[in-house]
Amino acid sequence: MSVAIEASAAPRPAPDNLRRVKSAYPTWFFLPAAIIYGVLFLFPTIASLFFSLTRWTLFEAQFIGLDNFAQFFREPFLVKGLVNTLIYGFVTSGLKVVLGTLLALLLTSDIIGRGYLRAVVFFPTLVSTIGVGITFTVMMHPTNGIINEAISLFGIKGPGWLTDPRFALLSVALVDVWKGVGLATLIYIAGIVSIPRDYFEASKIDGASAWQNFWEITLPLLKPATITVVTLSLIGGLRSFDLIWAMTRGGPGFTSDVIASVIYKQYQAGFYGLSTAGNVVLFVMVAIIIVPISVFLNRREVEE
Amino acid sequence: MTFLTSRRTLIATVAALSLLAGTGYAQAQVTLSYLIDDNPTNLATAEALKAAFEAENPDIKIDIETRPGGGEGDNIVKTRLATGEMTDVFRYNAGSLFQALNAPQTMMDLTDEPFQANVIDSFKPVVTATDGRVYGVPEEASMGGGILYNKKIYAELGLSVPKSWADFMANNEKVKAAGKVPVIQTFGDTWTSQLFVLADYYNVQAAVPTFAADYTAGKAKYATTPAAMAGFQYGEDVFKAGYLNEDFAAAVFDDGLRMVATGEGAHYPMLTFAIGGISQNYPENLQDVGFFAIPGPDASSNGLTVWMPAAVYISKTTQHPEEAKKFVSFIASTKGCDARTSANGATGPYLIKGCELPADVPAAVADLLPYFQTEGGTAPALEFLSPIKGPALEQITVEVGSGIRPAAEAAALYDEDVKKQAMQLGLPGWN
Repeated sequence: MSVAIEASAAPRPAPDNLRRVKSAYPTWFFLPAAIIYGVLFLFPTIASLFFSLTRWTLFEAQFIGLDNFAQFFREPFLVKGLVNTLIYGFVTSGLKVVLGTLLALLLTSDIIGRGYLRAVVFFPTLVSTIGVGITFTVMMHPTNGIINEAISLFGIKGPGWLTDPRFALLSVALVDVWKGVGLATLIYIAGIVSIPRDYFEASKIDGASAWQNFWEITLPLLKPATITVVTLSLIGGLRSFDLIWAMTRGGPGFTSDVIASVIYKQYQAGFYGLSTAGNVVLFVMVAIIIVPISVFLNRREVEE
Repeated sequence: MTFLTSRRTLIATVAALSLLAGTGYAQAQVTLSYLIDDNPTNLATAEALKAAFEAENPDIKIDIETRPGGGEGDNIVKTRLATGEMTDVFRYNAGSLFQALNAPQTMMDLTDEPFQANVIDSFKPVVTATDGRVYGVPEEASMGGGILYNKKIYAELGLSVPKSWADFMANNEKVKAAGKVPVIQTFGDTWTSQLFVLADYYNVQAAVPTFAADYTAGKAKYATTPAAMAGFQYGEDVFKAGYLNEDFAAAVFDDGLRMVATGEGAHYPMLTFAIGGISQNYPENLQDVGFFAIPGPDASSNGLTVWMPAAVYISKTTQHPEEAKKFVSFIASTKGCDARTSANGATGPYLIKGCELPADVPAAVADLLPYFQTEGGTAPALEFLSPIKGPALEQITVEVGSGIRPAAEAAALYDEDVKKQAMQLGLPGWN
């Protein structure tokens, strides 16, 4: 973008001049990256498109056209998985935005032990997802988990967090938020710190309240941070798998299955072609959701 | 400086020495890798086999590797075989799960090995691939699928072993009235949820003798065969009646063993190999646990659904075929049976010729043996009669047993799952 502007600002450059401006490096410089990209990304992508059209046993692949896609869309758990994926993606990213903003406000204020508290909020992000999953599974055990034992001190009988079909998915989503909110907070802290103090001084002179400060200054100027958080956590949420698999394996039954766990189960059962088709579907689905959101949010940013 | 030099020399010497020692070691010994699932009972067997075999063959070392059980384990075995990363020797189910492994391309043909003469013929079909060759030998005793029950509760409440499903439910009602848990379920380990469906097969084949053949050909369905649907219905019935332990959704296999052994619960639908786990973890309660087959609709036809034991196989990619055969041959001998019995006690009749059960078998095994001694008292489970077993059965039976999905819908869902597996196997008559 900026290169193009520079180029048009230059006094009528010759065509080959323009090319030189565009590419600052010789071609061989790109070769290593191009090879890595080709071997590790391009080839698997094309191969997976091919294998998604076959019945594949890892030894032999029999071409069956679009049957895998037809089968995948007939998958009785697929609709449930789709709905769950959307719920999971939007719940986690929504909560991360709200909690991340609030925590960032708190952690940029003049509280005692600010550095320590920032570290504490960020800490779960560093822990292994599987470890977090197993730990919370133990804590959320319906009868001897620490959470329900704590609740029972107040005379309330806690639900089966992971075993009740109504709560399983949301319980996992909450753990995901706990684990991921640190990163969102970090991004928001960076956003808040970069807001120039002048705005707040000006608004003070105008007699604005704290609420108005937050609503009229902080929040609008946090838009770039919000875009980053929403995009990252939505992509993460839509393709999330590890935490769900560690905590419920899509269970009880199929009630907390998401697209990724449905696909994994096909792979586990040895339906390699079918699971590859599922991954192609997941790829398209994430693209369909993320691209418009990203374009929409970015356009708003440019307009302002 | 001198210090540095001398240290460098020292390191070099040590490295050279250890290199020498290393090569010497490798020449004298062959190490066979052996993959099993991480069930404690099976691990105990493997350790006992390893100890007995290594004592007899000091030049061969067995290196036991474990993997998870259930669907996750199936995946590991399939992937490792397909990518040529399998251990030299491995233990895996016989029957339909074996059929999904593509044995002719991944495993060593053991048909003509002399040790096959020790294996009882009825076992061979379940480790025979589509090419008609035999690929494995039985690693454990044959098992019954049915219900482990607590004999103390039965004695206390004056109950008798039920012969029909109605009797069973009547017993459950009395157990519940006495304030105990009638039926233990452990959906934390999803595979344990399948017993009502799979172990009911004796009753299915009693009602519909052609079910296995028709099912394999895609003509008979669970949803449209009332006798086959019954297993799903049983799961729903015990849930609806409120007979399950409070933590059924999160409890795991070992919780189930504890509950039935110590009398926290009366009935645990399970395979009899679990007796080995009870004898290891709750030896003082071993004689309190009895066993009966899943009772069917009719008290007059009561019999046992039998599981063929898991087998050991040799991967085609092994670097030590002779040593691997030696190990497999050891497992398929009376010495193998003895090692197993010493580890876990007797859990059922062996399928190796000449293997005798000790006189003092656990009570549940004593309950199991009469079925084998009765003419027509047993029938193999469906997975040994048909190559098709739907991979999602355990999730489906969890849903039925937790009241999430009604039995009829679950049976229809399982039929879909079966269809998918049949198509992947490329069986005729499906499409």
